[in-house]
Amino acid sequence: MSAPARPRKKLVEVKNLKMHFPIAGGLLRRKVGAIKAVDDVSFDIYEGETLGIVGESGCGKSTCGRAVLRLYDITEGSIRIDGTEIGTMGQSSLRRMRPAMQMVFQDPQACLNPRMTVAGIIAEPLEEHGKLSGKARLERVFELMDAVGLNRNFANRYPHAFSGGQRQRIGIARALALNPRFIVCDEPIAALDVSIQAQVVNLLEKLQDDFGLTYMFISHDLSMVRHIADRVAVMYLGKIVELADRDALYERPLHPYTEALMSAVPEPDPALEARVERIILKGDVPSPANPPKGCNFCTRCPKVMEICHRVDPPYREHRPGHFVACHLLEADSAAHDQSAGSTGATPTNTSIQQGEDA
Amino acid sequence: MPDGSAPVLDVRDLKTVFRTRAGDIHAVNAVSFDLRPGELLGVVGESGSGKSVTMMSLIGLLPTPPADVCDGTAMLAGQDLLRMGPEALRAVRGRDIGFVFQDPMTSLNPVFTVGFQIMEPLRRHMGMDKAQARRRAAELLALVGIPDPERRLKDFPHQFSGGMRQRVMIAIALACDPKVLIADEPTTALDVTIQAQILELVKELRARLGMAIIWITHDLGVIAGIADRVMVMYGGQVVEHGRVRDVFADPAHPYTRALLQTVPKLREPREAQLRVIEGQPPLLGAHPAACPFRARCGQAFDRCARENPARRPVGAQGHDVACHWDHRSGAPA
Repeated sequence: MSAPARPRKKLVEVKNLKMHFPIAGGLLRRKVGAIKAVDDVSFDIYEGETLGIVGESGCGKSTCGRAVLRLYDITEGSIRIDGTEIGTMGQSSLRRMRPAMQMVFQDPQACLNPRMTVAGIIAEPLEEHGKLSGKARLERVFELMDAVGLNRNFANRYPHAFSGGQRQRIGIARALALNPRFIVCDEPIAALDVSIQAQVVNLLEKLQDDFGLTYMFISHDLSMVRHIADRVAVMYLGKIVELADRDALYERPLHPYTEALMSAVPEPDPALEARVERIILKGDVPSPANPPKGCNFCTRCPKVMEICHRVDPPYREHRPGHFVACHLLEADSAAHDQSAGSTGATPTNTSIQQGEDA
Repeated sequence: MPDGSAPVLDVRDLKTVFRTRAGDIHAVNAVSFDLRPGELLGVVGESGSGKSVTMMSLIGLLPTPPADVCDGTAMLAGQDLLRMGPEALRAVRGRDIGFVFQDPMTSLNPVFTVGFQIMEPLRRHMGMDKAQARRRAAELLALVGIPDPERRLKDFPHQFSGGMRQRVMIAIALACDPKVLIADEPTTALDVTIQAQILELVKELRARLGMAIIWITHDLGVIAGIADRVMVMYGGQVVEHGRVRDVFADPAHPYTRALLQTVPKLREPREAQLRVIEGQPPLLGAHPAACPFRARCGQAFDRCARENPARRPVGAQGHDVACHWDHRSGAPA
């Protein structure tokens, strides 16, 4: 495969992360159920890479991003950032970790305080966490504005005076203020016009090179994720169904959901459009409060089998670096194991499975 | 699609200005297009390009003031929509022209059942009684692929998912068998797999019912898949227009070319860096005496600032472009 042996360092390690939101009901508003927004996901992000998270609305991709930054108190699981466990960390120690991990939000209109000037917005994290004097702070604000391509002369303007793309640059400058190592970008281009999206994506890529940043890039735009991400995870109903290197995933998706998702993307080329074979999924995504028994995708899967309605497929490494949760592959690899005996892939399989059972 | 037949809708030199306290905004400037029976016309543009305002102007859905549809004609079956009184227009909306809007949650009334909302145009425009209307409403829901239609008529909009709500909107738009269906970003709020379902449905309905459709979107991929002709708008003007295959194979306007290059493709080799259209879309305050794209255009020269280019034919039949630069010869046209 295209992936070389990676001696690279894991900056973010997420294991069996669960984020369930309680549903209160009845006379006493007792907990009657839970929305399993993120249900047992595990992944690593290597230093300097971009991990893309794709999926449809409600699949839990944003919740996952927020949970990784501990913007929520997670239900279960472990999150290690640069070796430090933050899954169970208290607020005050978390606060000391915050400079290293930042977030860029989807809606640049809603995430900027309309009563603060641009300089004020970008300086806020510096005031909270830094020890810079007023003058040095302003200098740093100017530096950041330069870095994201904003005109220094606009430092005293308010967010409403900027266009959507420029507002997103303000949001990015704020995220960069404390020299973070890891940034979660939650749909950073979804609210922008097509001609502006490329500007912001190129900026994010340039900043990544300049400052050695690690991104978790959450988006529903599969074409854009293919452009920016090194590895991609596909989420469906709170679970990662497939995670692989970008090229492996886009060229040969193994999970039927990934396949359908890719085939549904319209291509701006009429000749190609005419040739694309669409897999049209029936129905809608089930509610995460009441996921189906067995595999979460079994209600819509075009290749559904009997076992899918009973047993949740394990999330395993089927090829080096290519994780999938699907019974189709379980059957395949079982047959493969029998015919070819033990292959190089088997040892990793077992280690992952242990993680899954734990 | 049929090239020679008389258009069902013929719009000439449409101008819409928003009169605001801060001055006039020229939102739509001399837009002309026609729509032939059974055809699907795609309208592409970014926010602020005037694509929605153009369509809203036609059917009198803009609040006046501030909007002022100040010039042009829009002929539908021998009548000029822009010269009609509000009552006459109300009769046209829903009966002759159906709409589907972007956000199916805000365009359905949350306090009425879906059945009531589908029956409303049937009773108003078609003079049906309650029982007839209910039967037809159930047929319509079945037509747009909603299972168990009889029972679903009694449900409220919040009981439907996003994709199902958009199907309901399409059912309402189709209720009176309109000649023209205007769909304004109907799949933008939907997920790709649901979008694929709706696009499939529209293709099927077109083949069955044969109405003409205007499909507004910013997604070039959607246009490539379903439209016969495409009209590219920028800064309140039509900058390029033609058959889909001609425009995508040989884009003549620098904006169309840039737009096609800036969108990453899923099924083509990945490029190391995205091509960018520098700058911002224009503010439409000044009277458009110059090309709206000149500030972001690589080919702009002095004439572009002096004179707003008129649409001129290029290459294939029915393909035209509003640009002073000839993309083939690489010289001023």
